[in-house]
Amino acid sequence: MDKLKLPDMDYVALLPMLALFVAACLGVIIEALVPRRFRNIIQLVLSIVALAVAMFFVVKQSGEVVASKALTAGGAIMIDHAALFLQGALIVLGFVALLLFGERSLEFGGPFVAQAAVTVGSERDREQTGRELGSTETFPLALFSLSGMLLFVSANDLLTMFVALEVFSLPLYLLCALARRKRLLSQESALKYFLLGAYASAFFLFGVAMVYGFAKAVDFKAIHAEALLGEGNSLLLIIGLALLAIGLLFKVAAAPFHVWTPDVYQGAPTPVTAFMASCTKVAAFGGLLRVLYVGFDGLGWQFTPVLGAIAALTVLVGSILAVTQTDLKRLLAYSSVANAGYILIGVIAGQQLGLTSVLFYLVAYGFTVIAAFALISLVRDADGEATHLSRWAGLGARSPLYAGIFTFILLAFAGIPLTSGFIAKLSVFGAAIDGGQTWLVIIGVITSIILAFPYLRVVVMMWLSEPGESTPSVSIPGGLTSTALGIGTLATLVFGVVPGPLLDLAEKASSFVR
Amino acid sequence: MWSIVDGYLGSYAPLGLLALVGVLIVGGGFFANSLLRPRRPNAAAGKRDTYECGLDPVPGGWAQMQIRYYLYAYLYVLFAVEAVFLFPWAVVYLQAGLAVIAEMAIFVGVLALGLLYAWRKRALTWQ
Repeated sequence: MDKLKLPDMDYVALLPMLALFVAACLGVIIEALVPRRFRNIIQLVLSIVALAVAMFFVVKQSGEVVASKALTAGGAIMIDHAALFLQGALIVLGFVALLLFGERSLEFGGPFVAQAAVTVGSERDREQTGRELGSTETFPLALFSLSGMLLFVSANDLLTMFVALEVFSLPLYLLCALARRKRLLSQESALKYFLLGAYASAFFLFGVAMVYGFAKAVDFKAIHAEALLGEGNSLLLIIGLALLAIGLLFKVAAAPFHVWTPDVYQGAPTPVTAFMASCTKVAAFGGLLRVLYVGFDGLGWQFTPVLGAIAALTVLVGSILAVTQTDLKRLLAYSSVANAGYILIGVIAGQQLGLTSVLFYLVAYGFTVIAAFALISLVRDADGEATHLSRWAGLGARSPLYAGIFTFILLAFAGIPLTSGFIAKLSVFGAAIDGGQTWLVIIGVITSIILAFPYLRVVVMMWLSEPGESTPSVSIPGGLTSTALGIGTLATLVFGVVPGPLLDLAEKASSFVR
Repeated sequence: MWSIVDGYLGSYAPLGLLALVGVLIVGGGFFANSLLRPRRPNAAAGKRDTYECGLDPVPGGWAQMQIRYYLYAYLYVLFAVEAVFLFPWAVVYLQAGLAVIAEMAIFVGVLALGLLYAWRKRALTWQ
């Protein structure tokens, strides 16, 4: 028998993922052994420590990237500049979102339910809604999900990518089902997300099989080489790419694969929605970028028109349907669909400029959206969060500070100057014009104007309506939510006023190693 | 004739012969049986009853299953999948040395963690 040759493993390069994974396993042990009332604080501290360690190694690693050494784990993982930037972004955004997970002062027991499987509306269910501490399994689940995302953005072959996709998706399905209030909506969202996510994964896997049929390999370098060579049945390659793209576009919530987004964003617990809207988007776009720019670079002239049509459809659907929404979480979900479209425009723009703008947009949008959901979790009545639009009328008179912050966040979504949203849109559109996609920019600008309407309607409602009987009060946030809100708002402001450092960082990161 | 056996598919020849012998034995058995047995095509009493394999069927195919089994199914899948990785590992671990043994220990440890969790959450007691 031949001598066994082990794949080379650069464990230092994998440490960010390993740190999160180990912390998640420790979290499971804590769930099994520590009394319930101590769990929340221990899990929170453990998660934050793990994220800090992971971030430390990402930063340390970013100084030592060499193209020849970036490939590790037997060719399955590529730690290049782009991967490290995305990993860093995921860790930071994950940290801010996890602060919301740990909040216990807004309502008794936190935002999560103790047992998700209890029949909705039963005696037992009413009892646990009011009086039981929420489950803290959410922390290990979120950490598992985050470590999967880190792997997803650095995967160098399609199979590793598929495994990572499942690792980060499965915990999300569970997390969606754990809302303390509005249990039925929450369970519905989890089931919908799970079923549609399973379909999307199947599409992705089928795409992997097709691409393997073409290239006889699943790693991006071989696929690229084979596509350049142009031998073999290129129909397989195109079908494979289309199926892969469906799987990935589902995750980024691009039309026509966006239908799950409003239901899931509405039903999931608000901290989880914040986590999904920021981190999942970063991870999914990171994966999409790597697939398109490393594996299928040679097919650019074939996928660009199709992706362009999808981007145009996404921004149109997202912005037009956002106008008709009456629930704030659904409104933000459609706004997130539209934003996916804008990021997609940057992806299509291509070149270094396009990549830079996408990376910048992902980070800027992630911070803003977390702040938005943090604020939504504050406006509540006896029934939990008051997300219906009419309930927010006159909020400006009740609590001007929070109405002011929310106005600022909405203006950032709308892309008003001095916010990060403006710089992000500007750089994406600039890159698209540079890449010869002017028609997309025109559609993008028109939809931005449409999209400004629902945002400004909320602003007008908050400030110019009289507070009525049903206007809920704003809860005084605990330290965690105010920290998350503060970080998100501050980042939105800072990236809008001095975007230079982040843009430089994104520009340095905008190169993939093949 | 022997050139076929020596050729590209030659190593499959014993397999083909074995299949042929199998078909002959089973087919021959059925044939001999049909020669020897009495012919009574009309159903006699008890002809279609369950014979030496399980319980008599209870009326209705839509029986309710006990939902608690799903936990055991989960735990079973956990360790069934573990075995898939343990078998190839068992072939090579002596050559590969300590690192590979440690890796498998970590893998099994992580799975055992799931069992620990299930046990502490009282998923293993029938309630």
